[in-house]
Amino acid sequence: MNVERITEKLNILADAAKYDVSCASSGSKRKNENKGLGNASNGICHSYTEDGRCVSLLKILLTNHCIFDCAYCVSRKNNDIKRAAFTVQEVVDLTINFYRRNYIEGLFLSSGIFKNADYTMERLVRVAKKLRHEHNFNGYIHLKSIPGASDELMREAGLYADRLSVNLEMPTEAGLKLLAPDKNHQDMIDPMNFLKNEIIQRTEEKKLFKKAPMFAPAGQSTQVIIGATPENDQQILQSANYFYKNFNLKRVYYSGYVPVLKDKRLPALNTSVPMVRENRLYQADWLMRFYGFHVNEIVDNDQPLLDLDIDPKLGWAIRNMQVFPIDINKADLQMILRVPGIGLQSAQKIVSARKFAKLGWEQLKRIGVAINRARYFITCKNKEFERRDLTGQNIKQFILAESQSKYIKNTQTQLNLF
Amino acid sequence: MYTLVYDGTFEGLLTAIFEIYEHKLFHVKLIKGEWRAAALFEEVLQVITDENRANRVLKGLRKKLSSTGVQRLYIAHMAEMDNEESTLLGFIRYVFDNDQNVEEDYGNRYVMRISEIIKMVRREKHRMEAFVRFQKLKDETFYSAIEPDFNVLPLLIRHFKSRYADQKWIIYDIKRGYGLYYDLHDTQYISLDFSEVNKPDNVITAFSEDEGIYQHLWKNYFTNVNIVARKNTKLHLRHIPRRYWRHLTEKI
Ligand code: SF4
Repeated sequence: MNVERITEKLNILADAAKYDVSCASSGSKRKNENKGLGNASNGICHSYTEDGRCVSLLKILLTNHCIFDCAYCVSRKNNDIKRAAFTVQEVVDLTINFYRRNYIEGLFLSSGIFKNADYTMERLVRVAKKLRHEHNFNGYIHLKSIPGASDELMREAGLYADRLSVNLEMPTEAGLKLLAPDKNHQDMIDPMNFLKNEIIQRTEEKKLFKKAPMFAPAGQSTQVIIGATPENDQQILQSANYFYKNFNLKRVYYSGYVPVLKDKRLPALNTSVPMVRENRLYQADWLMRFYGFHVNEIVDNDQPLLDLDIDPKLGWAIRNMQVFPIDINKADLQMILRVPGIGLQSAQKIVSARKFAKLGWEQLKRIGVAINRARYFITCKNKEFERRDLTGQNIKQFILAESQSKYIKNTQTQLNLF
Repeated sequence: MYTLVYDGTFEGLLTAIFEIYEHKLFHVKLIKGEWRAAALFEEVLQVITDENRANRVLKGLRKKLSSTGVQRLYIAHMAEMDNEESTLLGFIRYVFDNDQNVEEDYGNRYVMRISEIIKMVRREKHRMEAFVRFQKLKDETFYSAIEPDFNVLPLLIRHFKSRYADQKWIIYDIKRGYGLYYDLHDTQYISLDFSEVNKPDNVITAFSEDEGIYQHLWKNYFTNVNIVARKNTKLHLRHIPRRYWRHLTEKI
């Protein structure tokens, strides 16, 4: 092995792939069969970068050569950078050797487009096929589909990969037109539709015939870049909602734009990464997926932007003071989930524990409820912490004041945004 | 007030419970450790671990708890946390003193404390599943050293056995001086003699030829996926506390 050359390739092609934020390695049920190597069911993060993001997959590009010229992308044709390409075998070796040492859960392979979509996609598929067939590898494989690749190749990809993704990149069609003139919206929608239908069909088959092959068991996901184009949070979340509903997506990832290129269509090079906004979008996304919130409850025409000071659940609560306070010992789970300071696990514990005895503050604290937030919105067995005379605005101020010192310390770099 | 001294095993714990109920000892303190060290106190009883008695208590627990409930108690005990015997004892008493299954009564302090302990143990088990870093030895065995806060090694068997079915591996808990060895068929507990292994010559020759290369590639990868514009040390440290670094290839 030419160590120097491989190292250089890895450096270039890992560097170019790092802006893709999707990282999940869970949701698959691939087992280790016939004493092979690995399994894909746990979703373990094996390390964390200094920016605090998890490393669970070997995330690389097959190549950063590209015939396209998307403005937001470091690999774009007109960017003057070093180019490299892995061979199929090199990617396979890296994956296997990293996996055996427990560095990773598997591979996330994406690519710039060399020659054309099919030529590129065919290579991605070959890597996955080799891993599965020649190495009996059952670890996680996420392939990024190349827009415009043929159905045949997409179908094959789904047989080897645990997850497939087609990146939307821009939240709206207009945004995409502006920054990626070579791409078109429909080229991304089509493969998503294809995958959706294929996944549904294969799941049906699997019900009938146990031996039917798995097809992308962890489903499909997508990524949108935030802050490169002027869409507001309402547009972004509406579009995420649309894709969850219509394409059965497992995840939408929000990637705060990191200014890496000078281009008059883009934010200037010294613009900060919109980390707080990105975080609020994730929180809003969680509310939609796990807490039963409808997108219109989080953002609407009157309030198209997420509040950057406070999380969206608290935001909803103080706009809807009329539904509070709720009685912790009586309210149903759905309502308890809407109380600021109470998470999924605590909510479930509350519902279990109150079967034994009525709960007071002491018990709630033990269960893990953040009393300093929840106290404004609930009643329980005893009364001492209750605050019921306040308006939504007052509550917001109290909570902000309480967390102020902590907040400033934690987010110093992020505050520069405003 | 009696002090009961038991040997630290789960069976020992259950035997102690048996004694407590048999002799109707209400004010007791349970500690693990050496009989002799504790003999300085007044009214000390040594618990002699007895499989029969332990089984009777276990049977009783199984009647009152779900199988996960029993499993959770076992894991909480495995944590070997200092001074948590009173929690285990309190929990078991609470279980026996009630007609209904109380394992989800999170308003009770013992139930909640057990749930906290389990959370800590599970977190570390999960961290070990993530942070084990194997190094390939000449004979194709993959070796890893760990130093977890809790005694989680036995909880790791299932995960690593099903993941690395086609390679021989060792995970060694340096702190507790024992390890797990999987030989392509079974896993067994082992202890190693490090007096020989640690000599500089032996260390270098023990590793396979490509081991250094992949460590180097992994470190490079780790550096290159970092996005400098998003640096967040606090978050980084929350995810990988410093005490784990010395065994992480990418942090050495
Ligand atoms: S097609 Fe993909 S790799 Fe090529 S420039 Fe556009 S975003 Fe970058």
